[in-house]
Amino acid sequence: MTDKYSKWLWGIPLWILAIAFLAPFAWMLSTSLKADVDAYKIPMQWIPDPFQWDNFSTVLTGATSVLPAFGRSVFVALLRVAGELLTATMAGYAFARMSFRGRDKLFLLYLATAIIPAQLLLVPRFIYFQKIGLYDTLWALILPGMFTVLGTFLMRQFFVSQPAEFAEAARMDGANEWQVFTRIYLPLATPVMSALGILAFVWSWNDYETPLVLISNPDRYTLPLSLTNFVDEQGQIAPGLTMAASVISIVPVLIVFVVLQRRFIAAMTHTGIK
Amino acid sequence: MATATVVAAGTKARTEQGSGIRPSGWIGFLFIAPNLLGVIAFTLIPLVSVVLLAFTDWNLVSGLGGITFNGIDNFVAIARDPGFWHAIGLTLVYVAVSVPLTVVLGLGLGIALNRPLPGRAVLRAIFFLPYIVNVVAIGMTWLMLMNPKAGLVNQVLDAFGIQPGWFASSHWALPALIVMAVWGGVGYCSLIYLSALQDAPRQLYEAADIDGASAWAKFRVITWPSLLPTTVFLLVTLIIGASQGFGLIALITAGGPGDATTTISYYMYQTGFQFYRFGYASAIGLVTFVGVLVLTLVTWRAQRGRALND
Repeated sequence: MTDKYSKWLWGIPLWILAIAFLAPFAWMLSTSLKADVDAYKIPMQWIPDPFQWDNFSTVLTGATSVLPAFGRSVFVALLRVAGELLTATMAGYAFARMSFRGRDKLFLLYLATAIIPAQLLLVPRFIYFQKIGLYDTLWALILPGMFTVLGTFLMRQFFVSQPAEFAEAARMDGANEWQVFTRIYLPLATPVMSALGILAFVWSWNDYETPLVLISNPDRYTLPLSLTNFVDEQGQIAPGLTMAASVISIVPVLIVFVVLQRRFIAAMTHTGIK
Repeated sequence: MATATVVAAGTKARTEQGSGIRPSGWIGFLFIAPNLLGVIAFTLIPLVSVVLLAFTDWNLVSGLGGITFNGIDNFVAIARDPGFWHAIGLTLVYVAVSVPLTVVLGLGLGIALNRPLPGRAVLRAIFFLPYIVNVVAIGMTWLMLMNPKAGLVNQVLDAFGIQPGWFASSHWALPALIVMAVWGGVGYCSLIYLSALQDAPRQLYEAADIDGASAWAKFRVITWPSLLPTTVFLLVTLIIGASQGFGLIALITAGGPGDATTTISYYMYQTGFQFYRFGYASAIGLVTFVGVLVLTLVTWRAQRGRALND
Protein backbone atom coordinates (compact mmCIF):
# COMPACT_ATOMS: atom_id res chain seq x y z
CA MET A 1 0.00 0.00 0.00
CA THR A 2 1.38 3.39 -0.91
CA ASP A 3 1.78 6.17 1.60
CA LYS A 4 -0.88 8.17 -0.16
CA TYR A 5 -3.58 5.61 0.62
CA SER A 6 -2.42 4.96 4.17
CA LYS A 7 -2.59 8.69 4.81
CA TRP A 8 -6.32 8.63 4.05
CA LEU A 9 -6.87 5.28 5.74
CA TRP A 10 -5.84 6.91 9.03
CA GLY A 11 -7.13 10.32 8.13
CA ILE A 12 -10.79 9.44 7.60
CA PRO A 13 -11.46 7.84 11.02
CA LEU A 14 -9.58 10.68 12.70
CA TRP A 15 -11.62 13.27 10.88
CA ILE A 16 -14.83 11.50 11.90
CA LEU A 17 -13.64 11.55 15.51
CA ALA A 18 -12.68 15.20 15.17
CA ILE A 19 -16.14 16.08 13.93
CA ALA A 20 -17.65 14.30 16.93
CA PHE A 21 -15.29 16.32 19.14
CA LEU A 22 -16.39 19.52 17.50
CA ALA A 23 -20.09 18.71 17.78
CA PRO A 24 -20.59 20.48 21.14
CA PHE A 25 -19.07 23.65 19.66
CA ALA A 26 -21.16 23.35 16.54
CA TRP A 27 -24.22 22.90 18.74
CA MET A 28 -23.24 25.96 20.77
CA LEU A 29 -22.91 28.08 17.64
CA SER A 30 -26.10 26.74 16.10
CA THR A 31 -28.14 27.25 19.28
CA SER A 32 -26.75 30.76 19.73
CA LEU A 33 -28.63 31.68 16.56
CA LYS A 34 -31.90 29.91 17.37
CA ALA A 35 -35.16 30.85 19.00
CA ASP A 36 -35.49 29.09 22.39
CA VAL A 37 -38.38 26.93 21.18
CA ASP A 38 -36.12 25.42 18.50
CA ALA A 39 -33.19 24.61 20.81
CA TYR A 40 -34.48 21.20 21.86
CA LYS A 41 -36.27 20.22 18.67
CA ILE A 42 -36.28 16.51 17.87
CA PRO A 43 -34.55 15.72 15.61
CA MET A 44 -31.90 18.33 16.14
CA GLN A 45 -31.93 21.17 13.64
CA TRP A 46 -28.34 22.17 12.79
CA ILE A 47 -29.14 25.15 10.61
CA PRO A 48 -31.29 27.63 12.55
CA ASP A 49 -34.56 28.51 10.84
CA PRO A 50 -35.02 31.42 11.09
CA PHE A 51 -31.66 32.84 12.17
CA GLN A 52 -32.18 34.58 15.49
CA TRP A 53 -29.53 37.29 15.26
CA ASP A 54 -31.33 39.09 18.10
CA ASN A 55 -29.73 36.72 20.60
CA PHE A 56 -26.39 38.41 20.05
CA SER A 57 -27.74 41.94 20.23
CA THR A 58 -29.68 41.09 23.43
CA VAL A 59 -26.61 39.58 25.03
CA LEU A 60 -24.46 42.54 24.06
CA THR A 61 -26.80 45.46 24.63
CA GLY A 62 -29.79 44.17 26.62
CA ALA A 63 -30.57 44.67 30.31
CA THR A 64 -28.31 41.76 31.32
CA SER A 65 -25.59 42.62 28.81
CA VAL A 66 -22.34 40.70 29.20
CA LEU A 67 -20.38 43.58 27.68
CA PRO A 68 -19.40 45.18 31.04
CA ALA A 69 -18.26 41.76 32.30
CA PHE A 70 -16.32 41.33 29.09
CA GLY A 71 -14.59 44.64 29.78
CA ARG A 72 -13.80 43.60 33.35
CA SER A 73 -12.32 40.34 32.12
CA VAL A 74 -10.10 42.24 29.69
CA PHE A 75 -9.03 44.61 32.48
CA VAL A 76 -8.24 41.79 34.88
CA ALA A 77 -6.39 39.76 32.23
CA LEU A 78 -4.27 42.68 30.99
CA LEU A 79 -3.16 43.71 34.48
CA ARG A 80 -2.47 40.13 35.48
CA VAL A 81 -0.42 39.44 32.37
CA ALA A 82 1.56 42.67 32.66
CA GLY A 83 2.20 42.18 36.38
CA GLU A 84 3.12 38.54 36.04
CA LEU A 85 5.53 39.23 33.18
CA LEU A 86 7.22 42.01 35.15
CA THR A 87 7.66 40.19 38.46
CA ALA A 88 8.35 36.78 36.92
CA THR A 89 11.08 37.94 34.54
CA MET A 90 12.88 39.82 37.30
CA ALA A 91 12.65 37.02 39.85
CA GLY A 92 13.34 34.29 37.29
CA TYR A 93 16.41 36.17 36.11
CA ALA A 94 17.74 36.64 39.63
CA PHE A 95 17.17 32.98 40.52
CA ALA A 96 19.04 31.93 37.39
CA ARG A 97 21.76 34.50 36.82
CA MET A 98 22.49 36.18 40.13
CA SER A 99 24.01 34.85 43.28
CA PHE A 100 23.06 35.86 46.79
CA ARG A 101 22.70 34.36 50.23
CA GLY A 102 19.86 31.89 50.65
CA ARG A 103 18.99 31.86 46.97
CA ASP A 104 18.74 28.10 46.64
CA LYS A 105 16.77 27.68 49.86
CA LEU A 106 14.35 30.34 48.70
CA PHE A 107 14.02 28.57 45.39
CA LEU A 108 13.19 25.33 47.19
CA LEU A 109 10.47 27.17 49.07
CA TYR A 110 9.10 28.34 45.73
CA LEU A 111 9.12 24.73 44.50
CA ALA A 112 7.20 23.64 47.56
CA THR A 113 4.48 26.29 47.22
CA ALA A 114 3.99 25.31 43.60
CA ILE A 115 2.25 22.08 44.52
CA ILE A 116 -0.34 23.74 46.77
CA PRO A 117 -3.75 23.45 45.16
CA ALA A 118 -5.43 26.80 44.63
CA GLN A 119 -8.58 25.57 46.35
CA LEU A 120 -6.80 25.04 49.63
CA LEU A 121 -5.97 28.73 49.64
CA LEU A 122 -9.49 29.89 48.86
CA VAL A 123 -10.77 29.66 52.44
CA PRO A 124 -8.00 31.80 54.00
CA ARG A 125 -8.00 34.17 51.02
CA PHE A 126 -11.73 34.68 51.44
CA ILE A 127 -11.35 35.64 55.11
CA TYR A 128 -8.17 37.62 54.69
CA PHE A 129 -9.41 39.57 51.68
CA GLN A 130 -12.48 40.56 53.66
CA LYS A 131 -10.22 41.91 56.40
CA ILE A 132 -7.98 43.92 54.10
CA GLY A 133 -10.82 45.20 51.95
CA LEU A 134 -10.03 43.30 48.78
CA TYR A 135 -13.04 40.97 48.94
CA ASP A 136 -15.57 41.65 46.19
CA THR A 137 -13.17 43.83 44.22
CA LEU A 138 -11.44 43.03 40.96
CA TRP A 139 -8.13 43.40 42.80
CA ALA A 140 -8.89 40.13 44.57
CA LEU A 141 -8.53 38.50 41.14
CA ILE A 142 -5.71 40.65 39.82
CA LEU A 143 -3.20 40.84 42.68
CA PRO A 144 -2.65 37.13 43.38
CA GLY A 145 -2.35 36.56 39.64
CA MET A 146 0.46 39.09 39.32
CA PHE A 147 2.86 37.23 41.57
CA THR A 148 3.03 33.66 40.44
CA VAL A 149 5.49 30.94 41.20
CA LEU A 150 4.83 29.20 37.89
CA GLY A 151 5.79 32.24 35.84
CA THR A 152 8.98 32.63 37.86
CA PHE A 153 9.87 29.01 37.16
CA LEU A 154 9.28 29.34 33.45
CA MET A 155 11.45 32.43 33.22
CA ARG A 156 14.15 30.91 35.39
CA GLN A 157 14.24 27.87 33.11
CA PHE A 158 14.89 30.15 30.19
CA PHE A 159 17.52 32.38 31.79
CA VAL A 160 19.47 29.38 33.11
CA SER A 161 20.02 28.30 29.52
CA GLN A 162 21.51 31.66 28.51
CA PRO A 163 25.30 32.11 28.41
CA ALA A 164 26.92 34.11 31.22
CA GLU A 165 29.53 35.62 28.88
CA PHE A 166 27.09 38.27 27.66
CA ALA A 167 26.76 39.64 31.17
CA GLU A 168 30.50 39.65 31.75
CA ALA A 169 31.12 41.54 28.52
CA ALA A 170 28.45 44.09 29.39
CA ARG A 171 29.85 44.61 32.89
CA MET A 172 33.31 45.24 31.41
CA ASP A 173 31.69 47.98 29.36
CA GLY A 174 30.40 49.51 32.59
CA ALA A 175 26.78 48.33 32.60
CA ASN A 176 25.12 47.95 36.00
CA GLU A 177 23.06 44.90 36.97
CA TRP A 178 19.75 46.47 35.91
CA GLN A 179 21.18 47.40 32.52
CA VAL A 180 22.61 43.91 32.05
CA PHE A 181 19.15 42.53 32.70
CA THR A 182 17.08 44.95 30.63
CA ARG A 183 19.46 45.48 27.70
CA ILE A 184 21.06 42.07 27.29
CA TYR A 185 18.88 39.28 28.64
CA LEU A 186 15.36 40.65 28.50
CA PRO A 187 15.36 41.13 24.69
CA LEU A 188 16.48 37.53 24.29
CA ALA A 189 13.54 36.39 26.42
CA THR A 190 10.79 37.83 24.19
CA PRO A 191 9.60 34.46 22.81
CA VAL A 192 9.36 32.89 26.28
CA MET A 193 7.66 35.99 27.62
CA SER A 194 5.07 35.89 24.90
CA ALA A 195 4.43 32.21 25.61
CA LEU A 196 3.99 32.96 29.32
CA GLY A 197 1.81 35.93 28.43
CA ILE A 198 -0.49 33.79 26.31
CA LEU A 199 -0.85 31.17 29.04
CA ALA A 200 -1.44 33.81 31.70
CA PHE A 201 -4.09 35.44 29.53
CA VAL A 202 -5.95 32.19 28.94
CA TRP A 203 -5.83 31.21 32.63
CA SER A 204 -7.10 34.60 33.68
CA TRP A 205 -9.78 34.70 31.00
CA ASN A 206 -11.15 31.28 31.90
CA ASP A 207 -10.89 31.50 35.69
CA TYR A 208 -14.23 30.64 37.28
CA GLU A 209 -13.41 29.36 40.73
CA THR A 210 -11.66 32.43 42.14
CA PRO A 211 -14.37 34.94 41.16
CA LEU A 212 -17.05 32.49 42.29
CA VAL A 213 -15.66 32.68 45.80
CA LEU A 214 -14.22 36.19 45.94
CA ILE A 215 -16.77 38.23 43.98
CA SER A 216 -20.36 38.51 45.14
CA ASN A 217 -21.71 41.69 43.56
CA PRO A 218 -23.07 40.95 40.05
CA ASP A 219 -21.84 44.40 39.04
CA ARG A 220 -18.32 43.07 39.41
CA TYR A 221 -18.77 39.70 37.71
CA THR A 222 -16.15 38.70 35.20
CA LEU A 223 -17.22 37.05 31.96
CA PRO A 224 -17.37 33.39 33.09
CA LEU A 225 -19.66 34.31 36.00
CA SER A 226 -21.84 36.48 33.81
CA LEU A 227 -22.58 33.56 31.50
CA THR A 228 -24.98 32.40 34.19
CA ASN A 229 -27.02 35.61 33.81
CA PHE A 230 -29.41 33.82 31.53
CA VAL A 231 -30.40 31.10 33.98
CA ASP A 232 -33.55 31.89 35.96
CA GLU A 233 -34.26 31.16 39.63
CA GLN A 234 -35.68 27.73 38.82
CA GLY A 235 -32.44 26.83 37.07
CA GLN A 236 -34.05 27.07 33.63
CA ILE A 237 -31.47 28.06 31.04
CA ALA A 238 -32.38 30.39 28.19
CA PRO A 239 -30.57 28.38 25.50
CA GLY A 240 -30.19 30.98 22.77
CA LEU A 241 -28.91 33.77 25.02
CA THR A 242 -26.63 31.54 27.08
CA MET A 243 -25.03 30.07 23.99
CA ALA A 244 -24.64 33.48 22.35
CA ALA A 245 -22.85 34.72 25.48
CA SER A 246 -20.72 31.55 25.50
CA VAL A 247 -19.70 32.10 21.88
CA ILE A 248 -18.69 35.66 22.77
CA SER A 249 -16.65 34.40 25.73
CA ILE A 250 -14.75 31.96 23.53
CA VAL A 251 -13.83 34.35 20.74
CA PRO A 252 -10.82 36.09 22.40
CA VAL A 253 -9.20 32.81 23.42
CA LEU A 254 -9.92 31.39 19.99
CA ILE A 255 -8.24 34.36 18.32
CA VAL A 256 -5.19 34.03 20.56
CA PHE A 257 -5.11 30.33 19.79
CA VAL A 258 -5.50 30.57 16.02
CA VAL A 259 -3.16 33.52 15.51
CA LEU A 260 -0.47 32.32 17.90
CA GLN A 261 -1.07 28.59 17.61
CA ARG A 262 2.57 27.54 17.29
CA ARG A 263 3.73 29.64 20.21
CA PHE A 264 0.77 28.57 22.30
CA ILE A 265 1.37 24.89 21.73
CA ALA A 266 5.07 25.33 22.40
CA ALA A 267 4.22 27.02 25.68
CA MET A 268 1.84 24.23 26.67
CA THR A 269 4.31 21.47 25.90
CA HIS A 270 7.20 23.30 27.54
CA THR A 271 5.38 23.88 30.79
CA GLY A 272 4.53 20.21 30.56
CA ILE A 273 7.53 18.15 29.77
CA LYS A 274 10.77 19.83 29.03
CA MET B 1 -2.73 21.38 36.17
CA ALA B 2 -0.21 24.13 36.46
CA THR B 3 1.07 23.06 39.84
CA ALA B 4 2.71 19.79 38.96
CA THR B 5 4.17 21.10 35.73
CA VAL B 6 6.18 23.39 37.91
CA VAL B 7 7.59 20.50 39.85
CA ALA B 8 8.63 18.81 36.63
CA ALA B 9 10.36 21.98 35.51
CA GLY B 10 11.99 22.52 38.88
CA THR B 11 13.52 19.08 39.23
CA LYS B 12 15.25 19.51 35.94
CA ALA B 13 16.42 22.99 36.83
CA ARG B 14 18.20 21.83 39.92
CA THR B 15 20.54 19.67 37.89
CA GLU B 16 21.68 22.54 35.70
CA GLN B 17 22.87 25.15 38.15
CA GLY B 18 24.43 27.81 36.00
CA SER B 19 28.11 28.64 36.06
CA GLY B 20 29.84 31.98 35.72
CA ILE B 21 27.44 33.73 38.07
CA ARG B 22 29.02 36.31 40.25
CA PRO B 23 27.83 37.27 43.72
CA SER B 24 25.40 40.15 43.57
CA GLY B 25 24.54 40.56 47.24
CA TRP B 26 21.42 42.58 47.96
CA ILE B 27 20.82 43.45 44.30
CA GLY B 28 19.64 39.89 43.73
CA PHE B 29 17.09 40.34 46.50
CA LEU B 30 15.85 43.52 44.89
CA PHE B 31 15.14 41.62 41.68
CA ILE B 32 13.22 38.95 43.52
CA ALA B 33 11.48 41.23 46.00
CA PRO B 34 8.40 42.23 43.96
CA ASN B 35 7.52 38.63 43.20
CA LEU B 36 8.50 37.36 46.63
CA LEU B 37 6.41 39.94 48.50
CA GLY B 38 3.38 39.01 46.41
CA VAL B 39 3.94 35.29 46.93
CA ILE B 40 4.27 35.86 50.69
CA ALA B 41 1.13 37.99 50.82
CA PHE B 42 -1.11 35.91 48.60
CA THR B 43 0.23 32.37 48.95
CA LEU B 44 2.38 31.86 52.03
CA ILE B 45 0.25 33.79 54.53
CA PRO B 46 -2.96 32.06 53.37
CA LEU B 47 -1.15 28.73 53.52
CA VAL B 48 0.00 29.27 57.10
CA SER B 49 -3.52 30.42 57.97
CA VAL B 50 -5.11 27.31 56.54
CA VAL B 51 -2.84 25.15 58.67
CA LEU B 52 -3.71 27.16 61.77
CA LEU B 53 -7.43 27.29 60.96
CA ALA B 54 -7.47 23.52 60.64
CA PHE B 55 -6.98 23.35 64.43
CA THR B 56 -9.77 25.75 65.24
CA ASP B 57 -13.51 25.70 65.57
CA TRP B 58 -14.78 28.71 63.75
CA ASN B 59 -17.75 29.77 61.73
CA LEU B 60 -17.88 33.06 59.92
CA VAL B 61 -20.88 34.31 61.89
CA SER B 62 -19.02 34.51 65.19
CA GLY B 63 -16.44 36.90 63.78
CA LEU B 64 -12.67 36.76 64.25
CA GLY B 65 -13.12 36.87 68.03
CA GLY B 66 -15.07 33.63 67.84
CA ILE B 67 -12.06 31.54 66.83
CA THR B 68 -11.32 28.86 69.39
CA PHE B 69 -8.48 26.38 69.17
CA ASN B 70 -9.77 22.87 69.48
CA GLY B 71 -6.63 20.82 68.91
CA ILE B 72 -7.15 17.79 66.73
CA ASP B 73 -10.93 17.73 67.13
CA ASN B 74 -11.46 18.54 63.45
CA PHE B 75 -9.33 15.62 62.39
CA VAL B 76 -11.13 13.26 64.73
CA ALA B 77 -14.42 14.53 63.32
CA ILE B 78 -13.20 13.98 59.75
CA ALA B 79 -12.36 10.38 60.54
CA ARG B 80 -15.96 9.86 61.71
CA ASP B 81 -17.65 11.96 59.04
CA PRO B 82 -19.54 9.74 56.57
CA GLY B 83 -19.91 12.72 54.22
CA PHE B 84 -16.15 13.03 54.01
CA TRP B 85 -15.61 9.35 53.25
CA HIS B 86 -18.41 9.36 50.69
CA ALA B 87 -16.72 12.32 48.98
CA ILE B 88 -13.31 10.61 49.09
CA GLY B 89 -14.82 7.47 47.56
CA LEU B 90 -16.44 9.43 44.73
CA THR B 91 -13.23 11.32 44.09
CA LEU B 92 -11.26 8.09 43.88
CA VAL B 93 -13.77 6.63 41.41
CA TYR B 94 -13.71 9.82 39.36
CA VAL B 95 -9.90 9.89 39.30
CA ALA B 96 -9.50 6.15 38.73
CA VAL B 97 -11.81 6.16 35.71
CA SER B 98 -11.19 9.52 34.08
CA VAL B 99 -7.39 9.68 34.37
CA PRO B 100 -6.43 6.32 32.77
CA LEU B 101 -9.09 6.79 30.10
CA THR B 102 -7.74 10.24 29.24
CA VAL B 103 -4.14 9.01 29.14
CA VAL B 104 -4.83 5.92 27.02
CA LEU B 105 -7.00 7.79 24.52
CA GLY B 106 -4.49 10.65 24.50
CA LEU B 107 -1.69 8.21 23.72
CA GLY B 108 -3.62 6.67 20.84
CA LEU B 109 -4.52 10.04 19.50
CA GLY B 110 -0.97 11.34 19.91
CA ILE B 111 0.45 8.40 17.94
CA ALA B 112 -2.19 8.82 15.23
CA LEU B 113 -1.58 12.56 14.97
CA ASN B 114 2.14 11.94 14.60
CA ARG B 115 1.57 10.22 11.24
CA PRO B 116 1.21 11.99 7.94
CA LEU B 117 -2.49 12.89 7.73
CA PRO B 118 -4.63 15.10 5.57
CA GLY B 119 -5.08 18.38 7.46
CA ARG B 120 -2.96 17.30 10.41
CA ALA B 121 -2.45 20.77 11.90
CA VAL B 122 -6.18 21.42 11.87
CA LEU B 123 -6.88 18.04 13.45
CA ARG B 124 -4.44 18.75 16.27
CA ALA B 125 -6.10 22.10 16.91
CA ILE B 126 -9.59 20.56 16.97
CA PHE B 127 -8.73 17.99 19.62
CA PHE B 128 -7.01 20.61 21.72
CA LEU B 129 -9.86 23.10 21.54
CA PRO B 130 -11.93 21.85 24.52
CA TYR B 131 -8.92 22.38 26.75
CA ILE B 132 -8.79 26.15 26.26
CA VAL B 133 -12.46 27.04 26.49
CA ASN B 134 -13.82 28.32 29.81
CA VAL B 135 -15.59 25.88 32.05
CA VAL B 136 -18.87 27.80 32.17
CA ALA B 137 -19.35 27.86 28.40
CA ILE B 138 -18.47 24.17 28.25
CA GLY B 139 -20.60 23.27 31.25
CA MET B 140 -23.69 25.07 29.97
CA THR B 141 -23.32 23.44 26.56
CA TRP B 142 -23.00 19.92 27.95
CA LEU B 143 -25.82 20.53 30.38
CA MET B 144 -28.11 21.13 27.43
CA LEU B 145 -26.54 18.42 25.24
CA MET B 146 -27.15 15.91 28.02
CA ASN B 147 -30.71 17.00 28.71
CA PRO B 148 -32.41 13.64 29.35
CA LYS B 149 -35.53 14.48 27.35
CA ALA B 150 -34.34 16.33 24.29
CA GLY B 151 -30.55 16.71 24.48
CA LEU B 152 -28.56 15.85 21.40
CA VAL B 153 -26.59 13.10 23.17
CA ASN B 154 -29.74 11.16 24.02
CA GLN B 155 -31.15 11.76 20.56
CA VAL B 156 -28.10 9.92 19.21
CA LEU B 157 -28.12 7.23 21.92
CA ASP B 158 -31.81 6.64 21.30
CA ALA B 159 -30.80 4.86 18.10
CA PHE B 160 -29.11 2.25 20.33
CA GLY B 161 -32.03 2.10 22.72
CA ILE B 162 -30.17 3.71 25.64
CA GLN B 163 -31.65 6.70 27.48
CA PRO B 164 -29.40 7.68 30.37
CA GLY B 165 -30.74 10.43 32.64
CA TRP B 166 -27.28 12.02 32.96
CA PHE B 167 -27.29 14.89 35.45
CA ALA B 168 -30.82 14.14 36.60
CA SER B 169 -29.91 10.62 37.67
CA SER B 170 -27.78 9.70 40.67
CA HIS B 171 -26.30 6.80 38.67
CA TRP B 172 -25.47 8.73 35.53
CA ALA B 173 -24.34 12.10 36.89
CA LEU B 174 -20.79 10.98 37.73
CA PRO B 175 -20.31 9.13 34.40
CA ALA B 176 -21.54 12.27 32.64
CA LEU B 177 -18.88 14.33 34.40
CA ILE B 178 -16.28 11.73 33.45
CA VAL B 179 -17.30 11.89 29.77
CA MET B 180 -16.85 15.66 29.87
CA ALA B 181 -13.49 15.43 31.64
CA VAL B 182 -12.15 12.94 29.11
CA TRP B 183 -13.41 15.02 26.19
CA GLY B 184 -11.69 18.05 27.71
CA GLY B 185 -8.36 16.40 28.55
CA VAL B 186 -7.63 14.03 25.67
CA GLY B 187 -6.38 16.77 23.36
CA TYR B 188 -3.96 18.07 25.98
CA CYS B 189 -2.56 14.56 26.55
CA SER B 190 -2.18 13.93 22.85
CA LEU B 191 -0.28 17.18 22.48
CA ILE B 192 2.14 16.32 25.26
CA TYR B 193 2.61 12.82 23.80
CA LEU B 194 3.13 14.33 20.38
CA SER B 195 6.03 16.43 21.58
CA ALA B 196 7.54 13.40 23.33
CA LEU B 197 7.13 11.24 20.21
CA GLN B 198 9.02 13.77 18.16
CA ASP B 199 11.99 13.30 20.47
CA ALA B 200 11.85 9.50 20.17
CA PRO B 201 15.15 7.87 19.08
CA ARG B 202 15.02 7.72 15.29
CA GLN B 203 18.06 5.45 14.87
CA LEU B 204 16.41 2.73 16.94
CA TYR B 205 13.41 2.70 14.60
CA GLU B 206 15.71 2.46 11.61
CA ALA B 207 17.60 -0.44 13.20
CA ALA B 208 14.30 -2.15 14.01
CA ASP B 209 13.16 -1.72 10.42
CA ILE B 210 16.33 -3.42 9.20
CA ASP B 211 15.64 -6.30 11.59
CA GLY B 212 12.12 -6.50 10.15
CA ALA B 213 10.39 -5.80 13.47
CA SER B 214 6.58 -5.61 13.48
CA ALA B 215 4.79 -2.38 14.30
CA TRP B 216 3.68 -3.80 17.66
CA ALA B 217 7.23 -4.90 18.52
CA LYS B 218 8.51 -1.42 17.70
CA PHE B 219 5.88 0.14 19.91
CA ARG B 220 6.57 -2.21 22.82
CA VAL B 221 10.36 -2.07 22.69
CA ILE B 222 11.08 1.47 21.52
CA THR B 223 8.08 3.79 21.65
CA TRP B 224 6.54 2.80 24.98
CA PRO B 225 9.77 2.92 27.04
CA SER B 226 10.64 6.30 25.58
CA LEU B 227 7.16 7.56 26.51
CA LEU B 228 7.24 6.26 30.07
CA PRO B 229 8.42 9.49 31.72
CA THR B 230 5.77 11.42 29.78
CA THR B 231 3.11 8.96 30.89
CA VAL B 232 4.09 9.31 34.53
CA PHE B 233 4.12 13.06 34.20
CA LEU B 234 0.63 13.04 32.70
CA LEU B 235 -0.65 10.63 35.34
CA VAL B 236 0.66 12.83 38.12
CA THR B 237 -0.69 16.10 36.72
CA LEU B 238 -4.04 14.57 35.82
CA ILE B 239 -4.42 12.92 39.22
CA ILE B 240 -3.77 16.26 40.89
CA GLY B 241 -6.10 18.06 38.48
CA ALA B 242 -8.90 15.50 38.69
CA SER B 243 -8.79 15.28 42.48
CA GLN B 244 -9.38 19.04 42.52
CA GLY B 245 -12.15 18.86 39.91
CA PHE B 246 -14.57 21.53 40.95
CA GLY B 247 -15.76 23.96 38.28
CA LEU B 248 -18.03 21.63 36.36
CA ILE B 249 -19.51 20.17 39.53
CA ALA B 250 -20.19 23.58 41.06
CA LEU B 251 -21.75 24.72 37.84
CA ILE B 252 -23.75 21.74 36.69
CA THR B 253 -24.68 19.39 39.51
CA ALA B 254 -23.88 21.33 42.71
CA GLY B 255 -22.82 17.98 44.09
CA GLY B 256 -26.13 16.31 43.27
CA PRO B 257 -28.52 14.80 42.64
CA GLY B 258 -28.45 14.11 46.38
CA ASP B 259 -24.75 13.73 47.04
CA ALA B 260 -24.03 11.70 43.90
CA THR B 261 -21.31 14.06 42.66
CA THR B 262 -20.11 15.61 45.92
CA THR B 263 -16.41 15.00 45.38
CA ILE B 264 -13.93 16.06 47.99
CA SER B 265 -13.21 19.52 46.65
CA TYR B 266 -16.90 20.28 46.36
CA TYR B 267 -17.45 18.93 49.87
CA MET B 268 -14.79 21.32 51.13
CA TYR B 269 -16.41 24.19 49.25
CA GLN B 270 -19.82 23.37 50.73
CA THR B 271 -18.41 23.12 54.24
CA GLY B 272 -16.61 26.43 53.93
CA PHE B 273 -18.71 28.61 51.70
CA GLN B 274 -22.22 27.28 52.24
CA PHE B 275 -22.09 26.25 55.90
CA TYR B 276 -19.32 28.71 56.84
CA ARG B 277 -17.49 26.09 58.90
CA PHE B 278 -14.10 27.49 58.00
CA GLY B 279 -12.08 25.58 60.58
CA TYR B 280 -13.51 22.25 59.50
CA ALA B 281 -13.19 23.13 55.80
CA SER B 282 -9.52 23.99 56.32
CA ALA B 283 -8.93 20.65 58.01
CA ILE B 284 -10.60 18.83 55.09
CA GLY B 285 -8.42 20.79 52.67
CA LEU B 286 -5.29 19.95 54.58
CA VAL B 287 -6.06 16.23 54.85
CA THR B 288 -6.92 16.04 51.16
CA PHE B 289 -3.81 17.90 50.17
CA VAL B 290 -1.60 15.52 52.16
CA GLY B 291 -3.42 12.55 50.61
CA VAL B 292 -2.92 13.80 47.06
CA LEU B 293 0.70 14.61 47.84
CA VAL B 294 1.33 11.04 49.02
CA LEU B 295 -0.43 9.64 45.95
CA THR B 296 1.71 11.86 43.74
CA LEU B 297 4.97 10.89 45.43
CA VAL B 298 4.10 7.20 45.16
CA THR B 299 3.43 7.54 41.43
CA TRP B 300 6.66 9.45 41.01
CA ARG B 301 8.73 6.93 42.97
CA ALA B 302 7.19 4.00 41.10
CA GLN B 303 8.50 5.46 37.87
CA ARG B 304 11.97 6.06 39.31
CA GLY B 305 12.11 2.47 40.46
CA ARG B 306 11.18 1.30 36.97
CA ALA B 307 13.80 3.47 35.33
CA LEU B 308 16.54 2.11 37.59
CA ASN B 309 15.64 -1.49 36.88
CA ASP B 310 15.76 -1.03 33.13
